[in-house]
Amino acid sequence: MEYNGSAIVAMVGKNCVAIAADKRLGQQALTVDMDFKKVFPMTDRAYIGLSGLATDVKTVHDTLRMRVNLYKHREERVIEPRTMAHMVSHMLYERRFGPYYIEPIIAGLDKDQKPFICGTDLIGCPNFPSDFVVTGTASDNLFGMCEALWEPDLEADDLFETISQALLNAVDRDAVSGWGAVVHVITPEGVITREIKNRMD
Amino acid sequence: MDALFAIAGRDFVISVSDTSNARSIVRMKKNYDKTYKLSSHTLMSACGESGDIANFAEYIQGNVRLYSVRNSQDLSPSETANFIRNELASSLRSRNPYNVNMLVAGVDRNTGESSLYRIDYLAAMSKVPFAAHGYCAHFVYSVMDHEYKEDITLEQGFAIVKNCLKVLKERFIVDFPGFTIKVISSSGIREYSTDDI
Repeated sequence: MEYNGSAIVAMVGKNCVAIAADKRLGQQALTVDMDFKKVFPMTDRAYIGLSGLATDVKTVHDTLRMRVNLYKHREERVIEPRTMAHMVSHMLYERRFGPYYIEPIIAGLDKDQKPFICGTDLIGCPNFPSDFVVTGTASDNLFGMCEALWEPDLEADDLFETISQALLNAVDRDAVSGWGAVVHVITPEGVITREIKNRMD
Repeated sequence: MDALFAIAGRDFVISVSDTSNARSIVRMKKNYDKTYKLSSHTLMSACGESGDIANFAEYIQGNVRLYSVRNSQDLSPSETANFIRNELASSLRSRNPYNVNMLVAGVDRNTGESSLYRIDYLAAMSKVPFAAHGYCAHFVYSVMDHEYKEDITLEQGFAIVKNCLKVLKERFIVDFPGFTIKVISSSGIREYSTDDI
């Protein structure tokens, strides 16, 4: 879980959600890539962030993408974030005794444009908080930052500022995450994606 | 103790690997080529457990070739890298996983763009402008970080390689007998000697 390093956070706003992640890929203290993707769009309203072992980030993303696409064809509709969260939870529990070493976060808007966030542990135990959810090596720092900065009913712009500051200041106190960040704000009008520069040390 | 690194420009990739085949304290060969040609425009270099490398590289080479024969079309570098990653990832959760670190360098024949993929033994893959594996990574990454710029020319690339080799000679306790330097560009794969660059 600490081998590659990562920090991901998702927050609920007023009719919007945001998900943000750092961009580092390392092998313990050695930084290997400063542009490693950890957050993936699964539908145009639902994003998943995968923290933990980088090989499993890719494996789980590939497998989940396949399952989400199969769902779309079988059901002839786009998957809801809540359904996807349960799909992920099942996928992880299938490997109960030889788990994928990842802790995913799901963020999205459901069919009524209601914000949804969810986090699970590595064997798929889900939790559905109403404010924010954090994961990765900087999760302790993120908890502190989110607890201090988050407030209910933030508009998209304010939510972007809040989640960015929370992530940036959390990774600055974590040695194995950071090196740039990406923020997605999901609103009923569309998704705003911004790349953020930060300390590279 | 292998040295394996590569630098990508816009339309070329320089791949460098040492030529020593050693196990524990014994060197068994000093002109060993650690690169594997997967197609006319894709090159894979590998380090790790030497038996695993031989077996895995041959398997990949065979299957990439099989694909191009079956489909009358070569796999692109990104497709090749993803295929390799997938095979390594499924082996990772088997009884005896392959212990192989790889660099996959190639030029897409349709777009002319180069790409470099770094895959470690856990099958963590990343597309990078430059990469290194093993102990030598601790030395050459700082040189490449310092000197690499976007859109470098081949000459600038060779200058970085030279400095990397200089640092390895100066600071690394292992004395390498020689290096395989190969350049992948739209005209194919070409080998250079250390004196040429």
